[in-house]
Amino acid sequence: MNFGKQLKEGLITQNPVLVQVLGMCSTMAITTSFFNGLGMGVSVLIILTLSNIFISLLRKIIPNEVRIACYIVVIAGFVTCVDLLLKAFVPALSSSLGVFIPLIVVNCIILGRAEGFASKNGVGASAVDGICQGIGYTLVLIAMCVVREFLGSGKFGGGLLGGGGLGSAPGLTIFPEEFGIKILTLPVGGFLTLGALIAVMQWALAKSKKKKEAK
Amino acid sequence: MSVTTLLAISLGAILTNNFIFSQFLGICPFLGVSKKIDTAVGMGAAVTFVMGLASAVCFGVNKILVAMGLGYMQTVAFILVIAGLVQFVEMFLKKNIPTLYTALGVYLPLITTNCAVLGVALLNVQNDYSFIGSVVYGITGGLGFLLAIFLFAAVREQLEVSSENPKAFDGFPIALVTAGLMALAFMGFSGLKVW
Repeated sequence: MNFGKQLKEGLITQNPVLVQVLGMCSTMAITTSFFNGLGMGVSVLIILTLSNIFISLLRKIIPNEVRIACYIVVIAGFVTCVDLLLKAFVPALSSSLGVFIPLIVVNCIILGRAEGFASKNGVGASAVDGICQGIGYTLVLIAMCVVREFLGSGKFGGGLLGGGGLGSAPGLTIFPEEFGIKILTLPVGGFLTLGALIAVMQWALAKSKKKKEAK
Repeated sequence: MSVTTLLAISLGAILTNNFIFSQFLGICPFLGVSKKIDTAVGMGAAVTFVMGLASAVCFGVNKILVAMGLGYMQTVAFILVIAGLVQFVEMFLKKNIPTLYTALGVYLPLITTNCAVLGVALLNVQNDYSFIGSVVYGITGGLGFLLAIFLFAAVREQLEVSSENPKAFDGFPIALVTAGLMALAFMGFSGLKVW
């Protein structure tokens, strides 16, 4: 088991969003405030780790023909748990993420890791993989939120910082809202920001590859 | 439900609240299978069909769950119903309409994990639509998806030919920027109202 290598894969070389291009729906839909991004990222991280552990434990019992259906049931079970827990303890997050919490069931990252990693590897490695991929996903969500929130409305940390209750806090104002690029807070901004982020990632990966070849 | 409400639901699902461009549901197949117009249209048609069917069946399932006091099992029940439904549609087409089956073949199993299908089932419950309302929302939502993926595939076919974009934008990034510009165009519909 190699934690450092798996972490590097999850964060950079095999980043679930920027390189594998999985789980796009939630990435673009909910990254409008820092609070949403962090909440969604952590929820996915927890579900991904748990489902990876469980599927890895069950990998020898599940018959090959119905494996996808079995994975979906395991994932749906964990998603329901997280959904109910959020409704009970963090209702502000639950209402602002809305339908996207139950939709974690069909987030391709989780099914993709179950099929591609947990079904072939041991429990420990699968748990680490779940955590690393989850962190990679969370970081991308936070990056999207920060860019969209800062350029769109001149704020930072909406929902968490700047006083007021959890989820309704206005965030720290960095520059007045009138100067923001309003469009980034709308759905259009999601597409454009993610496109730009993936482009930066491709540029950086190509550059580091060239450096390696030069050596 | 009156005809006006149904018309408002359809117009909303196709144009103003398009599943792709304003609700971000079903982005994975939208980006994944939009390289060619014919496959894109095939996928759109299959999704429309399954969305309509899933809305109808999940409406019944939800009624049963609520009657038994098992409302919290919604997500698990819905995804199982959808997975079963997709499997059933696949078998039915294979036996009875093999030509359509070979045309859609590869995409059918993918529909299970399309968030637009599970999304429409959950939104129907959330919006408290009647049976007819749910089915209309499902079908028109699917038509909105079809429209979006068709337009996007048409643009993308041209993108393959031209290579004017910076190298870092090759592949997904330029597709996402294109989709963003199309979302901008669809925002123009946002003021639309049914009298």
